[in-house]
Amino acid sequence: MSAPTSHEPGHEPGHEPINATTDALLPDPGLPGHVWRPTDVDERAEKRAERQVATLFGLSAICTVLFVVSYITIKGGVDGHTFIGLGASNVALGVSLGLALLFIGIGVIQWARKLMGDHEISEERHPASSSEADRSQTLAALNAGLEESGIGRRPLVRNTLLGSVALLIAPAVVMLRDLGPLPHQVVGEYPGAGLEHTIWNKGMRVVRDVVGTPIKASDIQIGDLFNAEPEALFPTEENGYPELEGAHRQIAKSKAAIVMLRMDPADIVSDVTRNWSVNGIVAYSKICTHVGCPISLNERTTHHLLCPCHQSTFDLADSGKVVFGPAGRHLPQLPLGVDDEGYLIALSDFLEPVGPSYWERNTKSPEEVAKELKS
Amino acid sequence: MRFLNRSAGRLSRHRRGPVAGLAVLLLGLLVSGGLYAALSPSSSASSTASDEQLVKEGRELFLVGCAFCHGQNGEGQTDVNGKLIGPSLVGVGAAAVDFQVGTGRMPLAAPGQQGPAKPQTYNDDEIAALAAYVASLGPGPAIPTEADYSTTGLTDEEKQAAVVRGGQIFLTNCTACHNFTGEGGAMPRGGYAPRILDTSPKHIYEAMLTGPGPMDNFSNGNLSPEEKRDVIAYIQSMRDQPGFGGFSLGALGPVSEGLFAWIVGLGVCVAFAVWIAAHTTRSTKKKESQA
Repeated sequence: MSAPTSHEPGHEPGHEPINATTDALLPDPGLPGHVWRPTDVDERAEKRAERQVATLFGLSAICTVLFVVSYITIKGGVDGHTFIGLGASNVALGVSLGLALLFIGIGVIQWARKLMGDHEISEERHPASSSEADRSQTLAALNAGLEESGIGRRPLVRNTLLGSVALLIAPAVVMLRDLGPLPHQVVGEYPGAGLEHTIWNKGMRVVRDVVGTPIKASDIQIGDLFNAEPEALFPTEENGYPELEGAHRQIAKSKAAIVMLRMDPADIVSDVTRNWSVNGIVAYSKICTHVGCPISLNERTTHHLLCPCHQSTFDLADSGKVVFGPAGRHLPQLPLGVDDEGYLIALSDFLEPVGPSYWERNTKSPEEVAKELKS
Repeated sequence: MRFLNRSAGRLSRHRRGPVAGLAVLLLGLLVSGGLYAALSPSSSASSTASDEQLVKEGRELFLVGCAFCHGQNGEGQTDVNGKLIGPSLVGVGAAAVDFQVGTGRMPLAAPGQQGPAKPQTYNDDEIAALAAYVASLGPGPAIPTEADYSTTGLTDEEKQAAVVRGGQIFLTNCTACHNFTGEGGAMPRGGYAPRILDTSPKHIYEAMLTGPGPMDNFSNGNLSPEEKRDVIAYIQSMRDQPGFGGFSLGALGPVSEGLFAWIVGLGVCVAFAVWIAAHTTRSTKKKESQA
C-alpha cells in the first residue's frame, strides 16, 4: 500500500530512477542551489526590513486610534458631517479600520518574506486508509456482534424494531403539517382573511394610496395611472370602516393593492376587460402572480405592466394576460363601477386569489372567471 | 374742486374756466396711465395682440423645425407602413412643448426608441412661441407657474411635512421606473426612465402633467397640484442628501454593485495578493557561513 521510497546517492529524496540508461546519459540535475535574500546576507538589510515591518504595525496602530477618534468626533446621521458628498463618519470609520487591518496584513507578509526562515520544506503524504490489521479486526468485531445479537435468527425482534423506527416519521409529519394553515383554510376572523379573498367587496370605493382620497371617474384623463387601495384601509368617521391594526392591516393592504389606469376604450382587446372597466378605466391586482412582487412599471403606450423582479409582463388591455416572463397566470382584474356620487367603486372582490401561485390554485382563463361572476 | 381751481388760478386769472381743474386732473390721469401702459410688461389690450403674434411666430418655427414629423398642422404623421413618425400634437398643451423642447428632447437628433435630453436647440422666446402655437391647436395643460411647484411661501414645518408626504407619494408612484433614488432605470425594448434629480422643478411638474413618451400621466385629477409640489420638494431634498452608503454607482442596485464587488473588489484583492507574494528579491552574495 505505501509507496516505496528510495534514497539513492545523487538523487534528491522523492526522485525515483525511471530508466538507468537515460539517467546515465542525462543525470537528474536535482534542485538548483539555494540563492539567499539580501536580508539573509546583509545585516543592514535585515535591520531595515525589521524596521519596515515594525513601521507597518505602527501605522496600523495609528489607524486604529484614528478610528476611535473619528468615531467620537465626527458627527454621523442625517445632519452629520459630509465629505465629497458622502457621509464623513462612514468614510472615516471605513477607511481607518480598513487600513488598520491592511497594515497588519502587509506587515505579517513582509515579515514572512524578508525575515522568517527561507528554505523549501516538503511533506510526504500518507495513504488515507487504515492498516490491514485494523480493518480485519473491525470486521471481525462487527460480525461477532451480528452473530451474538441473533438478528438473522430472530425475525420477530428485527421486524418490530424496523416497524417502530419507521413509525417515528409520524410525529415529524404531524408537527410539520401544523406549522401553518392549508391553502384553502382560513385562520382568524377579519375582513379578507385567507388566501382566496381580499378586503375588497361590492361597493367599496377605490382610494389613492398614501393620501386615501376617493377618485372621481370624471377626473381621470386617458393615460393616468393610480396606485390605489380600498377605502377600508383608510377608515374615517365619515366612511365608517373599522380601524384595522397590526398584522391584519398589513396583510389586508398587501393583498388589496391595485394599479388602476385609464386607456382609450378602443384599445381594450378582451371583452372581460371591457365589461369590468368604466370608460376605459381598468384596475388590476398590483401583486405579481409569479412570486408576489408589487408591480407598477407601466408603459402607457403599450399598456404593458412589467414586474421589476423577473420581467414578467402583463397586457392590461387584454385581461392582464402574460405576454412575457416566468409568471404562469394572468393578473387578476378588479371589476370597476361608479357610485351615485361619481366615485369609482369595486363591483366585487377579486374573483380569484391574488398574488403568487400555489399548487391548489386553479388556473382559469379570464373568460371562465367572468362566467363565475355572472352565475 | 375749489382747491383745484385755486391752484390753477395762480397762473392767470384769465385762463381759469369752470372746468379747468377737472381738465388738469384728467390730463394727469391720462399721462400717468399712458406711462404705466407703455412701461408695464403686460396689459390686457396688448397681450391679445402679442399672443396672436406669438402663435404666428410659433407656427413659422413649427413649419421649419417640427412639421416634418408632426405634420403641417401638428396632426401627426405615419409612414407608408403605418408606423408612427410623429404623434399628433392636438391637445397636448403648452406644458408638453415646454417640457419636450425645454429639456432638449425635441427636436429629435435621430429616430430611435427614445429621445435623450440634450442642450436646448431653441431659446426661451422661441420655446414660448412654439408652446403658444401648439396650445392654440387644442385645449391642453398650460405651462405651470412658479407658484405651482415652489415651496417658498411655506413655513419650515410645512416644508418638512411637504417633503415627508411627497416622499410617500414618490415611493408609491414613481419608484417603479425612476428608482428609489430618482436615478432612473431600464425600460422594455431599450428604453429607459431618465434620472430626475437634475431636472428643474418646472420640467418635473410638466412631465407629471403630460406623461412624456411611455410615462403615465399624473394629471391634476390624479395627483393634486399640492401633491405634485410635495413630490418635487422631496426630489429636491434627495439632491441634498449625502451618500451615506458610499458611492452610489448609478444606484442601479445589485447589477452595478455586484459587478463592482466581483470585478473591482475581488479583482483588487487577488491582484494585490499575487503581487505581494511574487518576486522576492534575491541576492548574488552567499551567506557568510557558507562563503
